[in-house]
Amino acid sequence: MNAPLITIKGLSKAFPIRLGAFGDKAAVVRALDDFTATIIEGETLSLVGESGCGKSTTGFCILNLQRPSGGSIVYKGQELAQLDDDAMRPFRRDLQIVFQDPYSTLNPRMTIGEALSEPILFHKLATKSELPARLSRLLADVGLSDRFASRYPHELSGGQRQRVAIARALACEPRFIVCDEAISALDVSVQAQILNLLLDLQDKYKLTYLFIAHDLAVVRHISDRVGVMYLGRLAELAPSSDLFANPLHPYTRALLSAVPEPDPKSSRQRQRLQGEVPSPLNPPSGCRFHTRCPLAREKCKAEVPALREITPGHQVACHAVTSATTTQWEPVSA
Amino acid sequence: MTALLDIKSLTIDIARDNGPARVVDGIDLTVAEGESLGVVGESGCGKSLTMLSLMGLLPNKIKATGGSAHFAGRDLLRLSPKELRKVRGAEIGFIFQDPMTSLNPVMRIGDQIVEALVYQKAMAKPAAMQRAGELLELVGIPSPRDRLMAYPHELSGGMRQRVMIAIGLAGNPRLLIADEPTTALDVTIQAQIVDLVRELKDRLKMSVVWITHDLALIAGLADRIAVLYAGTVVEDAPVDVIFDRPSHPYTRGLLASLPTLAGKAMDRLPSIGGTPPEPGRRPPGCPFAPRCSLAMPACNDALPKLAPVPGSDPRHRVACFVTTEKGAA
Repeated sequence: MNAPLITIKGLSKAFPIRLGAFGDKAAVVRALDDFTATIIEGETLSLVGESGCGKSTTGFCILNLQRPSGGSIVYKGQELAQLDDDAMRPFRRDLQIVFQDPYSTLNPRMTIGEALSEPILFHKLATKSELPARLSRLLADVGLSDRFASRYPHELSGGQRQRVAIARALACEPRFIVCDEAISALDVSVQAQILNLLLDLQDKYKLTYLFIAHDLAVVRHISDRVGVMYLGRLAELAPSSDLFANPLHPYTRALLSAVPEPDPKSSRQRQRLQGEVPSPLNPPSGCRFHTRCPLAREKCKAEVPALREITPGHQVACHAVTSATTTQWEPVSA
Repeated sequence: MTALLDIKSLTIDIARDNGPARVVDGIDLTVAEGESLGVVGESGCGKSLTMLSLMGLLPNKIKATGGSAHFAGRDLLRLSPKELRKVRGAEIGFIFQDPMTSLNPVMRIGDQIVEALVYQKAMAKPAAMQRAGELLELVGIPSPRDRLMAYPHELSGGMRQRVMIAIGLAGNPRLLIADEPTTALDVTIQAQIVDLVRELKDRLKMSVVWITHDLALIAGLADRIAVLYAGTVVEDAPVDVIFDRPSHPYTRGLLASLPTLAGKAMDRLPSIGGTPPEPGRRPPGCPFAPRCSLAMPACNDALPKLAPVPGSDPRHRVACFVTTEKGAA
């Protein structure tokens, strides 16, 4: 077992907003609540869940791109959560991010070479004379030839642009990369290429990934551990093989059963979730999933379930789950 | 089963400064009465443009330049705008990917459905409002009568898509064309919408064309699948044949690169090298040849036509020299 790279405790983020026709009502969106997890060096930890579950907010808060409202993030013995921009800067080199849409994150008036040189020169990782060799190695790492250095983003395909975005994250020789839906906008045949590239780079440079995605089938293949989030809270966190073979939280089960299988004869028992995710403006009391949960009882409306370890490494936040094989209650018949 | 929709040799061009670029290059597709057809392909393969051309909804500078598209005996490509308006909505319903941009943000949901009913069915307003409520109920919207008064922004993405389906169904169409209707939705809501369309198709005895890039999704939806690549149909077969015995190297590559929840977790996914060619820069031969591991010299010379796959289901057709020459590989 490798050492912890980043230790996150009780991380939360609330966005104050204004409501009403004239913005005269104040309200708070609790995007992330009490997130606790340890990211292990060299692993791929994935966060999955539906829109608004707080998975991207988690990634942004860990990188201090959004200032957390509470909780702690410890990297290399240093508390990052309340650092201001100047104090955070030395850590930015180690902690990088790749976004979903590389087109909106690349400057359209900068060549690829210029875009990649910026972080290298800023962090003084190479001199001007070393730069060309450095760029060429960086481009080769992501499977692009040298001639891309003189091109502009609009001349590239979506897959090539995402390779550039990855190269830019790599330019600072980071240890940790948040991949925020990094392959979601790509076509199926290109997705697999970029996934494989990310895995190759991880092996080569001993990278640690926080992989934020909504595609569970993809996540299953590339993750060491997976966290399932619902309405700003972690519902389940487990080694990938464990989570997919034996999902324990009722939400994880429903989520997995909603994933379409590429098999017309699939006879998988479908468990349909009724209704939709409630608004994070006014999340349900107790367990936030209780309004849609087939196992919900009075206790679930009153008490927030704590994340408990059921089997080694497999944590679940559900009152009903008592062991890896039994749930305490029978489903409510619909 | 007779063909309700029969598209033959359809070509669509984009007008560009340096001459037209072909985006759809001789597509043949049929949809039988009561059948559900999945049209699968990646961005830019021409799947959406093909369907838009039927309705006369192609964007500026993009035109259908050849072929025919017969729907219930009439060639849609040769109808006047006025005649086409009678088909659109009334006989062919359409659901788009993003309901927020297709719904009028300053009009109540009920009024938008009523508008369609008054226009297509010449219904009086009170009767149309009554019917609008029934349609919202049909698509599974809770307390439908109250929702008639809601504005689009007051509904969630899944509910908005249900409203779009209600509008698509307002004219009792014989054919419903759904263009990636669940791509913008979360997976649990996607599953609800897929169930809804499948159920409505059986209940209303419609034909459905479902356009998607998601092979896994279409497996549980379609009777037959057409796989498109760079403006051509490369394979067309009943759904179980596509998944059990895919024949075109592109279809096989797509299926192999698809991560699944079943089976063994893989360390690396098989992938197809390269990227699809851009319109106007397509190779003269088979458009997939530059990425194909089986390509022979002949593949670069001529565009292969759809032909039956030897030894397979009689409805299984593929456009690939390698497969049709060697027999079912």
